[in-house]
Amino acid sequence: MDFEPSSEQQMLIDQVRRYVRDEIIPLEAKLDPDASELPSDDHARLVEKTKAMGLFGIDIPKEFGGPDIDIVTRVLLAIEMAQHRAGLYVPCYGTFGGAGLAQIFEANDDQKERYLYPTLRGEKKPFFGLTEPSGGSDPARAIQTRAERKDNGWVLNGAKIFISGADRAQYGIVFARTDASKGRAGITCFIVDADTPGFHVRRVVHTLRSSSYATELEFKDCWVSDHQILGEVNKGFAVANDRLTRQRIPYAAGCIGVAIAAHEMAIEWAKMRSTFGEKLANRQAIQWMLVDNEIDIRTARHFTLEAAEKARRGLPFRTEAAIAKLTASEGGGRVVDRAMQIHGGMGMTKDLPLERWYREMRIRRVGEGPSEVQRMVIAREILGSNLR
Amino acid sequence: MAIRLRLDKPWRPLTAEEARRLPGQLGVYQVADAHGTIVFIGQAGARSAFGLRSELQRELGERGDGYQFRVEVNMQYRTRWFELLMVHKADHGSLPADNAKNPPPLGRLSPA
Repeated sequence: MDFEPSSEQQMLIDQVRRYVRDEIIPLEAKLDPDASELPSDDHARLVEKTKAMGLFGIDIPKEFGGPDIDIVTRVLLAIEMAQHRAGLYVPCYGTFGGAGLAQIFEANDDQKERYLYPTLRGEKKPFFGLTEPSGGSDPARAIQTRAERKDNGWVLNGAKIFISGADRAQYGIVFARTDASKGRAGITCFIVDADTPGFHVRRVVHTLRSSSYATELEFKDCWVSDHQILGEVNKGFAVANDRLTRQRIPYAAGCIGVAIAAHEMAIEWAKMRSTFGEKLANRQAIQWMLVDNEIDIRTARHFTLEAAEKARRGLPFRTEAAIAKLTASEGGGRVVDRAMQIHGGMGMTKDLPLERWYREMRIRRVGEGPSEVQRMVIAREILGSNLR
Repeated sequence: MAIRLRLDKPWRPLTAEEARRLPGQLGVYQVADAHGTIVFIGQAGARSAFGLRSELQRELGERGDGYQFRVEVNMQYRTRWFELLMVHKADHGSLPADNAKNPPPLGRLSPA
């Protein structure tokens, strides 16, 4: 596979690179180092700019009004969008718009009217309620939130944790067990309005990602009607799993973008900084760190584009997505760590973005499926289901 | 160890001497009037020259005498600040008076 960008792709890459350099980074320099939001007037102005660029809503499918950009190109652009301080979790502060949650595109017509279209118009925000205190890596078995049949609907009872944005969302996609005897075949996906009686955002969960928090949710006799089921009863796990697999590709792209930005900072610093009468760049110890950075970045980039290309061609990409996520999150973490080492004391300060990337990149080895789960996915492919 | 939701340390008088003794660290703080009514919840972020000390010295300069304060050193000053604001709103039905003049985007919390 040839992963050199086409001339059209390169034009878009250059456009987004200029946007990050000229619009995002200067604004970001005025914000708190842990900020995750732009002032609302700046955000609105920049959204108009991305619309004028024809790149707003980049992840929205064409039939729903998106700009019809293939996934390989979107990965190339996602790598660019992440190259600023907040870029790992809030690429370009959301000024390229969002598609909401992938599952909601599978909604029926009534649900699309009530949830999908308002989300695409920016009128509603969703949350994704999967992980529970009982575990996140194995959701099919860990889900203990129950949904029991009552009055032409379902009563939800249970808890969710590490849920982003639930306190500001208007609705969420919530996975609950509807048949305790069936394991992953006993889970149903519900759309829950945030003002439904019995739905509570109980507390903030502070993490390494100090720019933003997760939340813990409680469902206490929370009744939802049959109309709120997304997909079919007892087929919710497939909905969750599909999202988890697809999400790994852009997740990897963000890691690569930050790794590139950290690597470029390290190169620049190594050429400028002298110790004991010699530039850092002339010292083999530093050169080898830079070489290892280069290898980690190229490896992750190759595997991520390979996964995207398979997805673009409609081929199975579960294993490739796992390899991409694994190499990008682990390699990206190593790159940021080396960049901090090369910067010395300055690398530890909030004057530079490296310390934020270091903290946030650590989360990436756990989020969207930890490295160990990615290795399990890859091992299954290598060994085959019958251990051939 | 239980996670503390509310900032419930004893109040200290907001004076030049008390402010001078504060650490130059990142964190969050509350300012109350003489009756103990919280009027502002603030944060000492990485752009504060001397963290909590700078912020409380600024508060004293702008407010004058008659106020009290309490602080919490916290590297997660932003998320802790949002949390304190949301908890205050859940407890009292509104934000502290001086936060309400320029409210940040907040979610809703219903602590158990």
